[in-house]
Amino acid sequence: MMLAWTIYISFLGALALLLLPKGSATLARSLALLTAIVTFAITLAAFVQHRTGELLTVTQKSWIPSLGIEYHLAADGISLTLLLLTGIIAIAGILFSWNIEHRVQEFFAFYLLLIGAVYGVFLSYDLFLLFVFYEIVIIPKYFLIAIWGSTRREYGAMKLALYSFIGSAMVLVGLLAAYVVAGAKSMALEDLARFPFPLHFQMWAFPLVFVGFAILAGMWPFHTWAPTGHVAAPTAASMLLAGVVMKLGAYGCLRVAMTLFPLGLGPWGFHVLGLGSWRDVFALLAVIGIVYGALVALVQKDFKFVIGYSSISHMGFILLGLMTLNQLGLAGAVVQMFSHGILAGLLFAVVGRMVYDRAHTRDLATLGPMNLNKAIPFAAVTFVVAGMASMGLPGFSGFVAELMILVGAWRAFPLFAVCVGIGIVAGVAYIWRAMQRAFFAEAGVEPTPMQPPLLPISIPERLGAILLIGASVAVGLYPQMLLNVILPALHSPLFDGLRKGSWQ
Amino acid sequence: MIAISNAPLLQLALPEVILACTALLVLAMDILFLRTCRKGIRLAAAVAIASAGCVGAILRLLLAPEQANFLNGALVANPLTHLVQIALLVLTILILWISVDSTFTEHVGEFVLLLLIATVGMMFLVGSQDLLVIFISLELLSLSLYILTALDKRSARSSEAALKYFLFGGMSAAFLLFGFSLLYGFSHSTNLAEIASAIHCSHLNGSQLNPLLAIAIVTTVIGFGFKVAAAPFHFWAPDVYEGAPAPGAAFIASGSKVASFFIFFQLMVVGFAGAEGSAAWSRIVPGWVPVLAMVAALSMLLGNLVAIVQRSARRLLAYSAIAHAGYMLLAMVAHTQQSLAALLYYVATYALATLGAFGVVAVVEKRTGSDALSNFDGLSRRAPVLSFCLFIFLLSLAGIPPLAGFFGKFYLFASVLAASSSLGLLWLVVLAIAMSAVSLYYYLQVLKRVYVASAPVDAEKIQVPMLSQLVIVLLAWAVVLLGCAPYLLLRWVLEAVRVSGL
Repeated sequence: MMLAWTIYISFLGALALLLLPKGSATLARSLALLTAIVTFAITLAAFVQHRTGELLTVTQKSWIPSLGIEYHLAADGISLTLLLLTGIIAIAGILFSWNIEHRVQEFFAFYLLLIGAVYGVFLSYDLFLLFVFYEIVIIPKYFLIAIWGSTRREYGAMKLALYSFIGSAMVLVGLLAAYVVAGAKSMALEDLARFPFPLHFQMWAFPLVFVGFAILAGMWPFHTWAPTGHVAAPTAASMLLAGVVMKLGAYGCLRVAMTLFPLGLGPWGFHVLGLGSWRDVFALLAVIGIVYGALVALVQKDFKFVIGYSSISHMGFILLGLMTLNQLGLAGAVVQMFSHGILAGLLFAVVGRMVYDRAHTRDLATLGPMNLNKAIPFAAVTFVVAGMASMGLPGFSGFVAELMILVGAWRAFPLFAVCVGIGIVAGVAYIWRAMQRAFFAEAGVEPTPMQPPLLPISIPERLGAILLIGASVAVGLYPQMLLNVILPALHSPLFDGLRKGSWQ
Repeated sequence: MIAISNAPLLQLALPEVILACTALLVLAMDILFLRTCRKGIRLAAAVAIASAGCVGAILRLLLAPEQANFLNGALVANPLTHLVQIALLVLTILILWISVDSTFTEHVGEFVLLLLIATVGMMFLVGSQDLLVIFISLELLSLSLYILTALDKRSARSSEAALKYFLFGGMSAAFLLFGFSLLYGFSHSTNLAEIASAIHCSHLNGSQLNPLLAIAIVTTVIGFGFKVAAAPFHFWAPDVYEGAPAPGAAFIASGSKVASFFIFFQLMVVGFAGAEGSAAWSRIVPGWVPVLAMVAALSMLLGNLVAIVQRSARRLLAYSAIAHAGYMLLAMVAHTQQSLAALLYYVATYALATLGAFGVVAVVEKRTGSDALSNFDGLSRRAPVLSFCLFIFLLSLAGIPPLAGFFGKFYLFASVLAASSSLGLLWLVVLAIAMSAVSLYYYLQVLKRVYVASAPVDAEKIQVPMLSQLVIVLLAWAVVLLGCAPYLLLRWVLEAVRVSGL
């Protein structure tokens, strides 16, 4: 029951920040941090108390009776995992934007509005409500980037907003059509998931809704908003974007598109270029995303673009995991949502906050001679650890997730699984290259002393980094923690349609 | 010759009579007693009397008998007409309040008189099922609006806009009258229901769409298409929105929109029943529905695409109004009870948002000299409350939840999809949703100036008049409230539509 307060507290925090007297930056930061910590504590408590396999109904009230729309918040294992992720990233993002001085109150107000809406999406069990929260996310995102961003911020922000809005427009068409076809009596997720939509309807509605959500999940070739958006965004916003907002897209794919229209995944009955169903098409796009993202990251000059494209690559794993349609792949996809959220947040924090805010450049060639591993050793160590986790070394969350997805993909698409190998090798290479160029001067080059010397890493940054690394290691060492709640959720009646289709 | 008894007529038309008397009272007060006072006081007094008159009319409507029909549909009253009339009166009151601090004219009494007379026209328009009364009240409304547009006598733009409005309006009235005369010749009646039964009979005789009827349909659509500013009959709108004094423009954009859409829907759905045809993509049948579908599609495309390149806030609102007219015409294409309810909800919330946006534009315009979009740079630091309200109005127009515009769009599109079997109107809904995505771009461009751009160096805080600020905040609050709890309004609309039928 408390879970609903994650939404309300975030919105109230945003409102309080706007009403705060001007000129008290520390107070604004502390208030925002407090809000984030409280919401995180609520999700953590719910996560710990969660009895496995249970669907936790938070609140269910009639909202617009004549249309059958309800205010229905509920959480299962998948929602809880992502709520936990949102809580962690929210705290870390505030810690890493402690140095914001320009229009502080508005910054954190938009930030908390975004966080509250993200909580809302993960908690919604009525599709109208889900869509409402999903669209609320767009506006604060735009202003966070356009006001506080850096490189080409207005372009990046507008591109992001329009891509998101076009994606949600596609989703809206699909949802409206589904609502009307099912008799216009209910927008509840379980009602619509139970309704037997005709095959030909699912065949066009599924790709429409899936692509609509997948645009936000960074699916190739609709990914181009992501690198420009990440690069333009201020640190906290890129952490949120990569950490939770892209997960909204992936979550929508799984929760809405695949549960509503499971038959849309079935074979067309004919083959085009060897592809026999939407499932094949999207799996192929996911694999292209994995390989393409990794290869493009390998040649970037801007440090943040490296991380931006690595996100495309990692999000490809999630989509591939979803398309395997087996238990291992789906569970792996959810773990990867969590893992990538944490790791992308951490990587963006290192690049955007620790390095860029001090060195005022992200150009790898300029960063090299600065010999940053001597100047800010904490940043170098954090990046090495985060990089290792991102490569998928055992002991970190990335390893578990990608292994599960790979095994799942091996069963479903052996050929694609082999191609993913190329992406993984390239993943090692781009992290290695960025690490070396950014932090370690080449042997023989005399390091130029910095004038003025770089500020040391502050306490909030250290806390944020420890929080994120801790979360990744915890999941890496004890993945059962997440799997115990995710696997039963995949067996809930909601996924019946998928299971009957081609569950293995 | 039918003997007309005056008592029931007076009883039925009492709200309109109250308004007309108030209008005369305002004029008399202003000319006889307040001539020498300061303009601020004159305007405040006139607005106070006029608001009292509007409230009186609302009270009368609330107490009036539920159902009435005078002289075979010349004047009708039912819960639906009452609801729309109350909405119109509320809008008029809000516009009066917003205009309290306006300084564009010395003719205070005439200005308020014109607003009230236009409201009388709208109320008769809404409460009639007879072609003649519809035409006369439409002309009463239009003539008042022409003068209102021209009332800013110091501005050449205002006169130019009024002349343009008048010429286009006169032409469209001619079309409308021609269409009505054909309908009379066709059915020997001016009553909508009787026209419908004549159409029904002609269908029974086996003929396809009668050519006379086809011409009547087209000319009626032209006449009302002009009234609601749908493309390609929209040419007056940008100029009038830009040139008219702010309260006049706000009135044209809100109240007159509500009334015109309501009667347009009644006229087409009741009067042309039997000649609908179909606009489903798989099966297009001639009739008025495909005509309106084309007009709607064109309005959505043209309004949204042309709005992108506008440099003036008022012109931008004008093109966005054309786009919104396109969305609202979809409800007529669907022509079901559901879609009527959706149309009423949509047009009411649209009127609130657009009225609020005009209020903000008027304040900015007065303080900075013009409505160019560049004058909105950095507004959030110069007038935080005003900017936040503009933020809400524009996002509501763009259809972002949880604001009223979003639910309006959702309900409208859902009712349109549900209207035809096997999703036949999906193509229009897809077009509408795609165009809403385009519209977000230009609304965000304005908000970008307000929130992102830095204010000019010499800019100081904008002092907003108390009453204007109050009304604008009230409107913003209403837009948020109706978005979060749509059932507050929807309940009344659905009940009225259910009781009154189409």
